[in-house]
Amino acid sequence: MNAKKIDKIAVGFLYAMAGVIVLILFSLLAFILWRGIPQISWEFLTTPSKSFQTGGGIVIQLFNSFYLLILTMLISTPLSLGAAIYLSEYAKKNLLTDFIRTIIEVLSSLPSVVVGLFGFLVFVLQWGLGFSILSGAMALTLFNLPLLTRTIEDSLRAIPLTQREAGLALGLSRWETVNLVILPAALPGILTGMILAAGRIFGEAAALIYTAGQSAPALDFTNWNPLSISSPLNVMRPA
Amino acid sequence: MSKVTIKELNLFYGKFQALHNINLPILKNEITAFIGPSGCGKSTLIKSLNRMNDLVEGCTISGEVKMDDENIYAKECNINLLRKRVGMVFQQPNPFPMSIYDNIAYGPRTHGIKNKQIVDELVEKSLRKAAIWEEVKDDLKKNALSLSGGQQQRICIARALAVDPEVLLMDEPTSALDPISTAKIEELVIGLKKDYTLVIVTHNMQQASRISDKTAFFLNGKIIEYDETRKIFTNPKKQETEDYISGRFG
Repeated sequence: MNAKKIDKIAVGFLYAMAGVIVLILFSLLAFILWRGIPQISWEFLTTPSKSFQTGGGIVIQLFNSFYLLILTMLISTPLSLGAAIYLSEYAKKNLLTDFIRTIIEVLSSLPSVVVGLFGFLVFVLQWGLGFSILSGAMALTLFNLPLLTRTIEDSLRAIPLTQREAGLALGLSRWETVNLVILPAALPGILTGMILAAGRIFGEAAALIYTAGQSAPALDFTNWNPLSISSPLNVMRPA
Repeated sequence: MSKVTIKELNLFYGKFQALHNINLPILKNEITAFIGPSGCGKSTLIKSLNRMNDLVEGCTISGEVKMDDENIYAKECNINLLRKRVGMVFQQPNPFPMSIYDNIAYGPRTHGIKNKQIVDELVEKSLRKAAIWEEVKDDLKKNALSLSGGQQQRICIARALAVDPEVLLMDEPTSALDPISTAKIEELVIGLKKDYTLVIVTHNMQQASRISDKTAFFLNGKIIEYDETRKIFTNPKKQETEDYISGRFG
């Protein structure tokens, strides 16, 4: 067999592999859409679920998901951003920072059930927060921090050294260079990282069972007092 | 008159000594060229004039660099102020990913000039000095990265001039450019010396002989010969210098 023939076979093989993957994903998606779309209606999205009969909607679940997502991003974005800026711009390359990076890698591979149990022991029991939106958001923050830090650090590092030199050579201080030159240039990458992180948080379930609880109280969407148990804004209620 | 005086400067990257006992005056309103083969220390020396070497981990320096009468390696020296006084243009054009106007206005704004009219004037003045005003005056809002390499480099020169430096360092500013852009930059650099003191690192010996007043020839981290450019290129005193400029090595 000559090289040309082998090449053709290899290409055909790769096409076939890619095709199989596309086919699987596509059929899954098609199945979900085909079964799901007819069920979605405005009513389904805007009414609470019912406990002992069929029917009802998902408004509370939907609201809680978004609320958790927003809270988690509010807690984790500043933390990750700070850590990432430190790691990419300020940290010297030595044993300690290598160690920190390794820890972040290890944390990012934690199964979410483990994160959930940790949150249950620390936030729910130890700190006495109970099953609550806040416990859930903090557990999700733990779950989210390593990857978000990594992606932000990577997008900061992707900005060429010449941009940093340009800033410093103009007489900007280190912080001004990071703040005014590097961060704006890295913004698209940082946003992509945040959107991916948001997707992971939104789809997370296991970590929440042990921290945010499994059932929400009946919410009253006209009650915006954040201290009331039936208010959707209350962070101390279960979800 | 000497604007910058380098005295007994030794520089180490970790254990490797990159510069050996450098003594060199850089004269005011003149162009001083550093020539020599790759890795001979000329870029290292130019970067120690605005302390960009501080960014390199494991870089240690002894000796002194005096600007006017102030040792820039003294503890009390304000590095940000120093870099404002000693501007730098790099080998690869590195404009910020923003409009032409913002690129130039960036330095002055960060240094506290907020009045729009003053900034406008500064932008125009700097772009004129960098000989690019006529080419870009109608689209100052255009992204600087959409310009050609030669134009980008002149934007970078304008950006450096906008913070009103006294010395301008240029580290191989034309090595990434075509001959026409190079000629434009050379012409511009000659025009700048009435207002600024310039130091230029170059691999192009014709360039050094065309534009510089003084030339220093570097080899293995030492200055082999320093003299008027005309003398270096017509009648060098050292054999190594002659070998290098006649193209026998390097």
